[in-house]
Amino acid sequence: MIRVQNLVKTFGAFTAVDDVSFEVAEGEIFAFLGPNGAGKTTTIKMLTTLLKPTGGSIELDGLDPQLKQNEARKRFGIVFQDPSLDGEMTAWENMELHGVLYHVPHKLRRQRTEELLKLFELWDRRKDLVKKFSGGMKRRLEIARGFLHTPKILFLDEPTLGLDPQSRNQLWTHVKKVNEAEKVTVFLTTHYMDEADRVAHRIGVIDHGKLVAQGTPKAIKEQTGTENLEDAFLKLTGSTIRDESAGSADQMRQFARMWSKR
Amino acid sequence: MSAIYALWLRELKRYLRSRVQLVASLGQPVLYLLALGFGLGPVFQRAGNGSYLQFMAPGVIGMTVLFSSIFSGLGLLWDRQFGFLKETLVAPVPRLQIMIGRTLGGATVAVLQGLLVTIVCLIAGFRPVHLATVPMALGFMILIAIVFSALGVAIGSSLQDMQGFQLIMNFLVLPLFFLSGALFPLGGLPRALAVVTTLDPLSYGIDGMRSVLLEQSHYGAVVDLEVLVALAMVLLVFGAYRFSKIEI
Repeated sequence: MIRVQNLVKTFGAFTAVDDVSFEVAEGEIFAFLGPNGAGKTTTIKMLTTLLKPTGGSIELDGLDPQLKQNEARKRFGIVFQDPSLDGEMTAWENMELHGVLYHVPHKLRRQRTEELLKLFELWDRRKDLVKKFSGGMKRRLEIARGFLHTPKILFLDEPTLGLDPQSRNQLWTHVKKVNEAEKVTVFLTTHYMDEADRVAHRIGVIDHGKLVAQGTPKAIKEQTGTENLEDAFLKLTGSTIRDESAGSADQMRQFARMWSKR
Repeated sequence: MSAIYALWLRELKRYLRSRVQLVASLGQPVLYLLALGFGLGPVFQRAGNGSYLQFMAPGVIGMTVLFSSIFSGLGLLWDRQFGFLKETLVAPVPRLQIMIGRTLGGATVAVLQGLLVTIVCLIAGFRPVHLATVPMALGFMILIAIVFSALGVAIGSSLQDMQGFQLIMNFLVLPLFFLSGALFPLGGLPRALAVVTTLDPLSYGIDGMRSVLLEQSHYGAVVDLEVLVALAMVLLVFGAYRFSKIEI
């Protein structure tokens, strides 16, 4: 479903993604793990047509997202690291607008919106403005919205950041449910190793832009001779803390946190 | 097309729902109108220019439309990191449609604000020469709104952080307003100021409104119209180009 070969992305002299190759099969849940600044988000941006790769090739469901941008975009849904809902509109309206943008026919749009809002336990709140939702509810709505146009692939970029264990647990349960019911391929990133261990069928670990390991959680633990994924991760990527210099996005993120709680 | 409509409708709904913003944005124009309109009125009268309130009402309406439309464009900066914009940028819709939907939405909101301020002006004592010319003034409001919404989008697409916002406010938006002849007649100005006011797009919008509402004009309504239409087209293309270059 996703095939990435020798993917490279450089920003000036800095190589963010360095010769990365991997494949994700249809219906698989693939966790992409790595420390801050390792190249996870850059990779997702390239996969989702938001950034042009410097080199290498990408195939989504057999399509090159650079050449067939709109065709490729119909085939995936994405939940970004930062919120992307419209807080001044209701949950229902957010779903409606997404459906219009993805050319989902009127009748099907309503039917799927109802199904998904019920599944993600938001149906009773569909007429409430999204700005009144809790962090977990917003996340659930974003994921429900990502599923609306029946994508073949769902990208989740740190979807559980800042959520309590209950919300995280519930969120993954829902994602797994849809993954099984609709055979959607899921590509996720997270910093919670226990989540990756529990949810993902296969894992790729990226560090300094290079893919340092990939395989099932079990295989990775065996390969590194560790008991749990967290130890395996630390063994693969070392224990030094990565201090990224804060870019403008990070500064704005900090500012946003001051004003609103996610 | 449905995408343009949906995005336009969204801007409108957001505007109608946020009553606080609606009221807050009326504060500044009303202050200008009352403090300057009545405060400087006697001086203006003594200089032989007639009623200052009459004269500056189109200026205050123009100011409202300017602020509202340019801010809706600048909002992009915030929206692309923490808002709905990202969702639209990965949708299978050409960016041009997204830009047009947003720009027209922002422009419509700005015009509605302008109409509200027009009503406030009428209540304060502003009297157009003929009521029949009010729809023509609306035409000028729409043009001002499109010009500055497109400019706002172009700038909002290029800014990197919130610090830039302050810069734009002090070195672009406020000068656009103060150098537009919103507050003073364009005739008989010192040479340097006359040149600057000629370069300010808002001058033509406000002059156009004055020419239809008060039958007094510096450039002539036809010139105003031509300049604004040409500028609107150039800025729409420029805004669309900048918007297409956004990377998140």
